[in-house]
Amino acid sequence: MAHNWPPASPDLAALKLRATSLRRHMLTMARGQGQGYIGQGLGIADVLAALYFHELRYDPQNLSWRERDRFLLSTGHYSIALWAALAEAGILPLDELATYGADDSRLQMSTLHTTPGVEIIGGSLGHGLGQGVGQALGLRLDRSDARVFVELSDGELQEGSTWEAAMSARHFELDGLIALIDCNGIQADGPVVLDMEPIADKWRAFGWETLEIDGNDMEAITAALTTSRGRNRRPKAIILRTLPGKGVKRIEGSEKSHFFRVDISEWDSIIDEFEQSLGEQS
Amino acid sequence: MSTAGRTLAMGQDETSGIARPFVEAPFGKALVEAATANAQIVGLTADLGKYTDIHPFRDAFPDRFFNVGMAEQNLVAVAAGLARTGKVPFATTYGVFATRRAYDFIAIALAHSRANVKIIAGLPGLTTGYGGTHQAIEDLALMRMIPGLTIIDPCDATEIAAATAAIAEFDGPVYMRLLRGSVPVVLPPDYQFKLGRAVKLAHGTDVGIVSTGMMTERALDAAAVLAKRGVSVGVLHVPTIKPFDSNAVAEFASSVDRVVTAENHVVVGGLASLVVEKLHDSRIAKPVTRIGLPDRYIECGSVATLQSRYGITIDAIVETIASQGLST
Repeated sequence: MAHNWPPASPDLAALKLRATSLRRHMLTMARGQGQGYIGQGLGIADVLAALYFHELRYDPQNLSWRERDRFLLSTGHYSIALWAALAEAGILPLDELATYGADDSRLQMSTLHTTPGVEIIGGSLGHGLGQGVGQALGLRLDRSDARVFVELSDGELQEGSTWEAAMSARHFELDGLIALIDCNGIQADGPVVLDMEPIADKWRAFGWETLEIDGNDMEAITAALTTSRGRNRRPKAIILRTLPGKGVKRIEGSEKSHFFRVDISEWDSIIDEFEQSLGEQS
Repeated sequence: MSTAGRTLAMGQDETSGIARPFVEAPFGKALVEAATANAQIVGLTADLGKYTDIHPFRDAFPDRFFNVGMAEQNLVAVAAGLARTGKVPFATTYGVFATRRAYDFIAIALAHSRANVKIIAGLPGLTTGYGGTHQAIEDLALMRMIPGLTIIDPCDATEIAAATAAIAEFDGPVYMRLLRGSVPVVLPPDYQFKLGRAVKLAHGTDVGIVSTGMMTERALDAAAVLAKRGVSVGVLHVPTIKPFDSNAVAEFASSVDRVVTAENHVVVGGLASLVVEKLHDSRIAKPVTRIGLPDRYIECGSVATLQSRYGITIDAIVETIASQGLST
């Protein structure tokens, strides 16, 4: 967290507990509205735990700190996960999470830049990486060593603007730019509608230093983030193979994973199952 | 400033009624001046540096200049990211590409985000003979629909320089049309550009021309021709399309018998629509004639021929007004 970068060796057990907390927050938030992009949120929970409680340099008390690492959530509909992480990190009040998706809440089902801790308006897919390129260029002009992490999704790789940005990042040698590509295999119309593979080879061909890992394996995530600290004039891509709904069996196996809506009683039983599964793990 | 050896950039207009001095690349020169005073100013282009007059900035500040290649969506996104780190990006391309290709990025990454980015758009309206792919005939209408975006259509070299300085100081997203290459000097040296303000350049009582962009030069020349025929024609120049100086337009329209709008743009959605909307809202009942481009794609050809064919010349303004039965 703030002022102690680079971080010490990751405490994997502690980070896994953080990920569990994020999942618990998300389930409670989704239950409140009866719906949400819970599959994506649960899938990315381990990565956000590793970022906000290990890798990112930031100060929850000073969100405009110029030397902060930036985290840009390009997929604005993953907001449920970001709100959980920002609250867990002390940037948002924990009790505000109950307002997820409610009228006039700051915590909507997609992100706006007006919510504390949000770096860009996400949601119009294909916007994130180019803005990350611009932020990384600006930081370099200011001779800052702060880094820019951009989360994007496999479906989003179908947007041509993502590849415009990928080309320019390599050209400008933005080695403080790290793309975190959540490959969960789903998009609005169901399983990814175009054959995107081989995704890692595409990024390598664009000149990015590319790693491909299990995005729900905390040890692999923290190792990849550590590797990506290198300042070698190349941008970094981490291909994250994640499971939508990860950690909640009934959502993992659901065909509704892009947008999940069930009645309140089913949410209650889903949350009960989640808590029971934690007991079985310990 | 010189009147000799005038060279025309691709598609540059050369149909001027009065021989006027000109300035080469007024935008690029003004940007260098602004950037000398403000180290936060950066420049970007999408492979049109020398065609959008940003090359003086590129040469003066190579470390602050970024060419992203032919990728207008990325041009706008990168500029938005730079702005988020405190930079003041000026990003150039042609109007057609900024608007038609990067619209979502201008709407969301710039306007919705309140990013302090200036989009400088070359080849406005019918200033190139390269056909519909390059003629930004509807850009003002498209940009006008974006909340919070400031839109400027300067008329000459003096105004381009003044507007460049003004938007460098202004904190917010801007879309500015660019006359490039050898740009005539129409306005007096003491002209004061102010964002959002229209300026009356000629006084008249019979007809009032409300004009923007390069059509203001033609409106002034047409007014001079008509004056010799005994028609009193005033000219209100409206360089800022948004926010629109509607009070000045209402006052001007009230002072004349008939209103004519003149714009280098289709006659729907741009200046004409703004004027008619204002007159309607203010219950000012005056005849309004709209001079501008038709609602169609325009073919390739020479600029002079096309401008004459599609009615945005001095002669077209004179004939339109004269045919209304006001000439003596």
